[in-house]
Amino acid sequence: MASLHPNTLTAHELLEKLKNKEISALDIVNFVFEKIKKTDPNLRAYARLDAGLKDGQIMGKEGILKGLPISIKDNICTEGYNTECCSRILDGFKPPYDATVIRKLKEAGATILNIKTNMDEFAFGSSTENSCFGPTRNPWNLDCVPGGSSGGSAAAVAADEAIFALGSDTGGSIRQPASYCGVVGFKPTYGRVSRYGLIAFASSLDQIGPITKDVLDSAVLMNVICGYDPLDSTSVNIKVPDYTKSLVKDIKGLRIGIPKEYFIEGMDPEIKKITDEAVNQLKDLGAVCKPISLAHTEYAVPVYYVLATAEASSNLARFDGVQYGLRAENSAVMIDKRKSETDNKLIRMYKATRGKGFGEEAKRRIILGTFGLSHGYYDAYYLRALKVRTLIKQDFDQIFKEFDCIAAPTTPTPAFKIGERSQDPLSMYLSDIYTISANLAGLPAISIPCGLTKDGLPAGLQILAKPFSEEIIFRAAYTYEQNTPWHLQKPKI
Amino acid sequence: MEYEPVIGLEVHIQLKTRTKAFCACLTDFGNQPNSQVCPVCLGFPGTLPVLNIIALEYSVKVGLALNCLVQEYTKFDRKHYYYPDLPKNYQISQYELPISKDGFLDINIDGLIKRINIRRAHLEEDAGKLIHKDDLSLVDYNRAGIPLLEIVSDPDMNSPQEAYEYLTKLKSIIEYLDVSDCDMEKGSLRCDANISLRERGSKGLGVKTELKNMNSFKAVKDALSFEIKRQSDLLDDGEKIIQDTRLWNTKELKTLPMRTKEGAKDYRYFPEPDLPPFIISPTKITEIKKDIPELPEVKALRFQKEYGILEYDSRIMVLNKKNSLFAEKCLTVYPDKDKKPVANWLIGPMLSEANSRNCDLPGLDISPKDLIELIGFTQRQEISNLTAKSVLTDMLNSKKTAAEVIKEKNLVQISDASGLENYISDAIKENCAVANDFKNGKENALMFLVGEVMKKSKGKANPKVVQDLLKRRLV
Repeated sequence: MASLHPNTLTAHELLEKLKNKEISALDIVNFVFEKIKKTDPNLRAYARLDAGLKDGQIMGKEGILKGLPISIKDNICTEGYNTECCSRILDGFKPPYDATVIRKLKEAGATILNIKTNMDEFAFGSSTENSCFGPTRNPWNLDCVPGGSSGGSAAAVAADEAIFALGSDTGGSIRQPASYCGVVGFKPTYGRVSRYGLIAFASSLDQIGPITKDVLDSAVLMNVICGYDPLDSTSVNIKVPDYTKSLVKDIKGLRIGIPKEYFIEGMDPEIKKITDEAVNQLKDLGAVCKPISLAHTEYAVPVYYVLATAEASSNLARFDGVQYGLRAENSAVMIDKRKSETDNKLIRMYKATRGKGFGEEAKRRIILGTFGLSHGYYDAYYLRALKVRTLIKQDFDQIFKEFDCIAAPTTPTPAFKIGERSQDPLSMYLSDIYTISANLAGLPAISIPCGLTKDGLPAGLQILAKPFSEEIIFRAAYTYEQNTPWHLQKPKI
Repeated sequence: MEYEPVIGLEVHIQLKTRTKAFCACLTDFGNQPNSQVCPVCLGFPGTLPVLNIIALEYSVKVGLALNCLVQEYTKFDRKHYYYPDLPKNYQISQYELPISKDGFLDINIDGLIKRINIRRAHLEEDAGKLIHKDDLSLVDYNRAGIPLLEIVSDPDMNSPQEAYEYLTKLKSIIEYLDVSDCDMEKGSLRCDANISLRERGSKGLGVKTELKNMNSFKAVKDALSFEIKRQSDLLDDGEKIIQDTRLWNTKELKTLPMRTKEGAKDYRYFPEPDLPPFIISPTKITEIKKDIPELPEVKALRFQKEYGILEYDSRIMVLNKKNSLFAEKCLTVYPDKDKKPVANWLIGPMLSEANSRNCDLPGLDISPKDLIELIGFTQRQEISNLTAKSVLTDMLNSKKTAAEVIKEKNLVQISDASGLENYISDAIKENCAVANDFKNGKENALMFLVGEVMKKSKGKANPKVVQDLLKRRLV
């Protein structure tokens, strides 16, 4: 053990060593920085290597995370430090406030790594290829994507460039990259973690969550970030339990549903095999696994892309070059309502700024969402999608009357090659096919490592439960993890 | 052809909550630009709105006072349009489920009651303000996020006067509720008007124009009158009305087109995902209802009943809440059973003093007791009404009592014959012809002579006594 570098350890292992004075906070930060300097030029898990990386930088108050550095996705606001959603349009944006989760982390003693992790622009994507800083690579195979949109956070944790990290999950953006990178990713119940300071993609779907090396770290981090926040009207005022207490190695009699709609044609045979084995393992551990049906699963992707793009088109309207971020045609503007549109300097500035500031995928989603909300189309798209969303929710409500949780693959395939799907948005959208439903229904869900393909790429097992039943997920995930070797596998980077 | 105007009004009132609708910034008027802003009302990325419950309660209060159905279940929507004074490029407003709907307001037109239906009243956030300077446009976001209640009437008004009465009544009610300053000059009350013409007697609706930029109720009336003329001239010439938005130009006194509406603007409303729907419980509604003070209409009736005030007088007395409170104090302090003199004084000299000093009755800073004392002098005929009016002006200027002013200026009315003899003789002597006219039966001539005596006595003569003495001398 002595030969192990601190950056390769989990948070709970480091906290133990800090407590026993076997290691110093400075050591931890320095080892993490050293590793970043060594491997990140190839991996590109961080958005701004050149900015803010200072040796020996320790922040935070006295708290349970004192001494631990944490990596933060670039869409979570950090006071005074660039938070740009990896988009040109937010060029130079330094929020004058911390997101609630950042405040909580600082209060718990964590050191915030201000270089931020890479992501798909505004979390639009499943591969972290849509970043204005260029793509992040998968630590298991540098030719592959790390998944997305929290690909930077997942890759950093997998490559030991981070102890643990925060991501955000709108349609699978924590779980899918966690699965591709062989780490643990948790999307909490909608309303469990404050969204204040998370730059919104789709407000009714977004949740911040942890990306960690094991389940215990996930619970440790959840203990810090969860809870009602008066600044977020959609956060829910329900007491947060100590999640580390739910980490019991016992799932005897736990009723687990296996949705048949998640084992579809086109699914990678190796992933199917790995998932089947994982389910068998759960059975061996005493769980009662039965096939179930979630009848409206096939509509999840279209419903999601109508609702998420609609909300995104609205949330992104504020990026106009007026107050912050990029302003193309940087000239002072005199506004004249009477002048015709082409003549109007203001509209020219809007167009130039948004044209230059947004990447291709952002533009695609803004156009899709604007269309779906337009007069004459609203009923056929947005309203109809809302109704189907309710049906999808009801599917889950029914199942959770008889089952404690649901187990399924996180993704239909392992990590794909960089560039393989970037020209085909539909195939890209389908990589979230198993993760989107949890967001639509507001459910908590985890992805934990459950095997490696022949090519040495990780696969993830997803466990979902009913709202605010994170404890059941932790119990099932912990039991599985502690009885399998997968979380101990590391990429060679 | 004879046309009938069809008018609907959209009134925005700024609710005077201490803090903004969705953040904790203050709402004070006139401070340094951008000094009352925070990341939330600036629409910074990552920020979220939190509803100010007081704004919701104020809105319910107005809804109830306007006889609306207050919705137990209400939600917010986003209304999208791009403009630099709108930080998020969408406004948090209410589309599908406004807080209140289906209310009404009764106005008095030539002694007849006319009911104006109110379609809806919904809560939204105000935008910032653009300031144009040289060749630059600057934005002040102090106003952005102040709660606004938009009150939309049905197109039930058929003349500029009706629109004026509606606005006056609406403002009066809202002032009674104490939820807005209703100051058009400061923009805490804004009014847009929709107007179309139709052939008198027909039921259809013509093409409407929307009028903006009126900064007083009188301007609303003037703009509507102008627009009626403009539209009827066009129609008479066989031309079509173009649906557009027009700005009232206070210098040229005409409406000028702002932009043509090519079809309806698409605001792409959808439910605000950052704010869950709100339930206003029946208990809460009852609670708010209890908090509503006596409103002008009811108060006017009570004044008529309790104090025997005429209908017309009572309506004027209650229009402004502070005035009505002052009036009631005077009415109760006044010892006589017949309160008519008090009413006359309040809606006569007192109101005209207030108007000329641009304040309300309490703003004149005269106590009800002092006013009643002054009225007492006239009732005892110690001074004439004419003198009393100037005494009032002196009292207001010098803060002295009526007794002090009258004594200092030696204004006590001359009522005894001996004191008036000389004036009367002089008046008759100087106006022989008029005196003769009266003798020959011309009744009016007497009043002229009374006036002459009043002049000579510098207003101190008791006109009634003068009249009697003149008659006695001339008959």
